[in-house]
Amino acid sequence: MLSFRLDNSQQRSWPDYLAERAAVAHDPRLQRFFSTGCPAPDTPIGEAPLLALDMETTGLDANRHAIVSIGLVPFTLQRITPGASRYWVLKPPRPLTESSIAYHHITHSEIDRAPDLSDIAEELLEAMAGRLIVAHYYRLERSFLDSAFEARLGEGLRFPMLDTMVLEAKRYRHSWRARLASWVGKPQASIRLQDSRDRYGLPAYTSHHALTDALATAELLQAQIAYHHSPQTPIGSLWV
Amino acid sequence: MSVELQEVREHMGRHAPFDTLSDELLDEVASNIEVAYFKAGTDIHHYGQTISELCYIRQGAVDVYRRNGELYSRRGEGEIFGQFSLLRDNLVRFPSQAIEDTLLYYIPAEVFRRLCEEDDNFADFVELERPRLEATVDKYRRNNDMMITRVRKLVTRRPVMIEASASVQQAAQRMREENVTSALIYEASTSVDESQARYTFTDSQGRAWTLIGILTDVDFRNRVLAAGLAGNLPVIDIVSRPPRTIQSDESIHEAMLCMLRNNIHHLPVLHRRYPVGVLHLSDIVRYETNSSLYLVNNIFSQPSAKGLAQLSTDVRAAFVRMVSDGADSRMIGSALSTIGRSFTRRLLELAEEELGPPPVPYCFMALGSMARNEQVIVSDQDNALVLDDRFDAERHDDYFAALAQRVSDGLAACGYAYCKGNIMATNPRWRQPLSVWKRYFSEWIARPDPQALLDSSIFFDLDAVHGEETFVEQLQDLVAEQASQSPRFLAAMARNALNRKPPLGFFRGFVMENTGEHKNSINLKRRGTAPMVDLIRVHALACRSRAQNSFARLDDIAQTQLLPEGSGERIRYALEFISMVRIRHQALDIEEERDPDNNVEPENVSSEERHNLKDAFLVLSNAQKFLGFRYPMPRSR
Repeated sequence: MLSFRLDNSQQRSWPDYLAERAAVAHDPRLQRFFSTGCPAPDTPIGEAPLLALDMETTGLDANRHAIVSIGLVPFTLQRITPGASRYWVLKPPRPLTESSIAYHHITHSEIDRAPDLSDIAEELLEAMAGRLIVAHYYRLERSFLDSAFEARLGEGLRFPMLDTMVLEAKRYRHSWRARLASWVGKPQASIRLQDSRDRYGLPAYTSHHALTDALATAELLQAQIAYHHSPQTPIGSLWV
Repeated sequence: MSVELQEVREHMGRHAPFDTLSDELLDEVASNIEVAYFKAGTDIHHYGQTISELCYIRQGAVDVYRRNGELYSRRGEGEIFGQFSLLRDNLVRFPSQAIEDTLLYYIPAEVFRRLCEEDDNFADFVELERPRLEATVDKYRRNNDMMITRVRKLVTRRPVMIEASASVQQAAQRMREENVTSALIYEASTSVDESQARYTFTDSQGRAWTLIGILTDVDFRNRVLAAGLAGNLPVIDIVSRPPRTIQSDESIHEAMLCMLRNNIHHLPVLHRRYPVGVLHLSDIVRYETNSSLYLVNNIFSQPSAKGLAQLSTDVRAAFVRMVSDGADSRMIGSALSTIGRSFTRRLLELAEEELGPPPVPYCFMALGSMARNEQVIVSDQDNALVLDDRFDAERHDDYFAALAQRVSDGLAACGYAYCKGNIMATNPRWRQPLSVWKRYFSEWIARPDPQALLDSSIFFDLDAVHGEETFVEQLQDLVAEQASQSPRFLAAMARNALNRKPPLGFFRGFVMENTGEHKNSINLKRRGTAPMVDLIRVHALACRSRAQNSFARLDDIAQTQLLPEGSGERIRYALEFISMVRIRHQALDIEEERDPDNNVEPENVSSEERHNLKDAFLVLSNAQKFLGFRYPMPRSR
């Protein structure tokens, strides 16, 4: 069973962590990324540049499985700009199994022509630099990016993230009301992406694709902030 | 285009006005949108704010308000707002608020302008009130001009074609099987004979044939039996040729002339050179029977009230026919009023034959829609009798009471329901000498009481139907003279004209009321045409117009400064549009064998009609506001 509790040990000093990494980084691309840093923790969420990130992987274990696609959609609390989105299909070091192909709608020939993560690392890091990354279930994105970079460049990649699933879990799993409900035997609210979106009147998208899910995540964050927080909420109180 | 934009594109492509955009323009829109979420209850646009984007509702619902807080419109999934500001100076005049959790797509102003420039349909859609309505009404009228009914409309089956080599008997057998009275005879085309070229056509397999002639029942009698010939004769020997033909896009009138000129009953119809059917004289007769002209003739030849009542189904047929021929509301209104007047006149003639000549002269007066020449298929009878001043109730009223009763009962039998407000000549109060009528009108005008006028506003549409027309003309003169001089009267009439307000428009499957309430259907007469007619009447009275028809009244009003620039035209288009929606729904009711009424359910209103109706309601609502302001109640003395 996965736990969605906050990892307090890391929350303490993301800017410090990024600064340390900038100081010791060997790879110039990573060095640039870390030294750009992230918005300060007291930045109101309403003023922070945000970037929704979703990836598809061949499985759930970052040590055994690989990333096959990454989608990025830049946004702010006021506007999402799908026209500026980015998307890459990646060639995993290990060949795809048939079952994961069916799930991802990505074909062998697409994968065969695709670049390795190291080929797009510069573009990817540039697109992410200076923005607060938003994902639904950050642990997957964080562990896969970290180990993929570690494997290729000998240096990992970690940064603060906003997790719409964590925000949803706080409200619907860990609040005293939710605990009470679960204690009297009510079924737990689902915090999967579309189930969460339903609670805010957001539409169901037909395709399951890193880009649609990134867009869906961006919309969900706007809704969560509108309902449970405010544009003044400092990002340091939300990130993980 | 990336996947998430395809989702956007797919959604927009299903909603007007994006559904008719070219793929290229739709791609452009989808690639440039931005997205934002609004929790229920949050403001989207504030009054006076500058905006630079059109808003498209992906999910949720948005209320748009007037500055004074009144609800202006409720928009749902797939609808847009903000276009009015973009078309002017980008300043928000209609603030908006999400009333459900709402996901919006923003379309940048540059893209919006490009759509307006490159797609006429889009431009028409987003333009304010008048241009969109105007475009629709004009489009309808243009179609109407082209729709001088064409021959092809009467062709109901393909022609029976028989090869020239068949025997007379085989031809007869084939015609029996197909149950037709005529067949076209053709043979393979061999020579390139110039004289035959106009009868040469190619079938679907690419073979060339020549139409030789037509064979009819009469030919079997006259050319075979009467001539003592046998059935094994080749059919080519008895065929009438060359055939007289007509093109499928010629008018029915032309077909009729061709038959009369050549003394034939069957006429092959060709599309270019390909035979598509055979027109029989009876097809034309049947068609003409449904025309209103024929109907009026028929009314005057009926010997009894009973005979007249039997014509009521013909009235419905003529009505449906006019609608499908593309007549406009003024033509239909005037044709149906002519029919109504004809019934009334014929009933009066019949009553006079029975009761004897009237003891004093009278005029039978039509009120309301018949007087305005705006009758539709669902109509009450509203009438009165204006009698000569020599009228003596003791001696004469029995006669006129009987006369009125006969007419009223006769009209009811013909489908004109009794007036619920009892405004009929059968009511002694409305069966009075001219001098009393003059007093009635002078009283109404000089001492207007809004409550009393509520019941009598119908008397301010008045016209003579039968008898001494000068009686009613004198009343019309009196009204035109006195009404314009009485601000109190005009104010009272104006106040009454504001009693029935239009709805806002439609939202999902409902009619939206100004209060935010939803209804399942709308009475287009009560909420549309009637209030429009009411307000036109007030302006017409103010400018001493003697016209009774609303469009004619608008012509008179246009000669004055009563209405702001362009407003009269807007009202004209709005009235025409609402009238036609009402009329088309009634025709549909008749065709689907329901009782026609004035109620229209949103699910039967096409998306284009919805938008135009909404515009028309807005025109009406604005015109009502102006009316209240233009004719204020003077302070009491």
